[in-house]
Amino acid sequence: MGARSGLGFSTKTSEIILVKKQTNMTQDTQLDLWEVFIQGKAGGDHKHAGSVHASDGKMALQNARDIYTRRNEGSSIWVIPSKYVVASLSEDADMLFDPAEDKIYRHPTFYVMPEGAQQI
Amino acid sequence: MTTQEALFKYTLRLGDNGLIQGQRLSEWCSRGPILEEDLAITNLALDNIGRAQAFLKYAGEVEGKQKTEDDLAFKRGEREFYNLLMTELPIGDFAYTVAKQVLISAYEYFLYTELSNSTDEIIAGISQKAIKEVRYHLAHAKDWSERLGNGTEESKARLQKAYDELWSYTGEFFETTEEEKVLAPSKVAATTKNFEAKWNDMINEIFTISSITPPTAGWMQSGSQNGIHTEHLGHLLSEMQYLQRAYPDAKW
Repeated sequence: MGARSGLGFSTKTSEIILVKKQTNMTQDTQLDLWEVFIQGKAGGDHKHAGSVHASDGKMALQNARDIYTRRNEGSSIWVIPSKYVVASLSEDADMLFDPAEDKIYRHPTFYVMPEGAQQI
Repeated sequence: MTTQEALFKYTLRLGDNGLIQGQRLSEWCSRGPILEEDLAITNLALDNIGRAQAFLKYAGEVEGKQKTEDDLAFKRGEREFYNLLMTELPIGDFAYTVAKQVLISAYEYFLYTELSNSTDEIIAGISQKAIKEVRYHLAHAKDWSERLGNGTEESKARLQKAYDELWSYTGEFFETTEEEKVLAPSKVAATTKNFEAKWNDMINEIFTISSITPPTAGWMQSGSQNGIHTEHLGHLLSEMQYLQRAYPDAKW
């Protein structure tokens, strides 16, 4: 375990990701990368649609509009610089997600569905 | 000029502006500075062509000679086109395209705002749809103007040169045409002189945020309202109309 244990995860991993992303970006000649989230209908959630290149937020919004809402998919757009995304590492997947596997009691399947309830 | 003749030429001209501007913008397809802008410009082109289709369809109905929007787009000669001279000018570099779009979109913003209240229901309907598109074209072009004007020495110089070169083509925007004289009193057509000052204010504001020195007003180009064009329209039409000229009524 060593450096990977305890505090090492939360801080060090995010630093690694940030460094990685920035290195990628300097090799990219097409402006900065932004992540695009599109809301289909008012009141709904914003779903990740993809990414665009842009030099500023306004340009990112317009590019996202032109690329991801051409076929009437959107009612609202969020854009976020990709460099601010902190992602988990795939080699941490077992540590992060496996412990949830045997905790099936976290699913609300042990309750009797009341009659007449459409959804729970 | 009868009311019908005036309405035909008026709608034809609105259609021609969209058609020629759309055709020019489509030349950016596959040549955009970045993929995203390539898509953005071709989107603008499609908006223009869609508007042209609606106006030319209506012009065909007004003329009453069973001509479709395609007949009007592809089977007219250069002298029968009435698009503003600025729309037919070659796309130039990206700064030139941006400057052209700023000047035209700002003009169309006021024009279609007025025409949204036209007493002619069809003109009003097309304009109400157009104004939403034009607001976006204007925002997009204005933001690029601001970026290029405040970007590098080179981007600023190119943008300044573009505005300087294009300026003499803006006089046509506000000429009072024969058809306007016939149709404006009944509020079918817009009175372009009414928004000339507002257009100037908007453009000057864009020059300021783009760090551009306003071009000096001088002699203005003119001619398109009488079908007199620059040498560029003929070349544009020979490409645009080639298929219908070589294979009349071809369908696929």
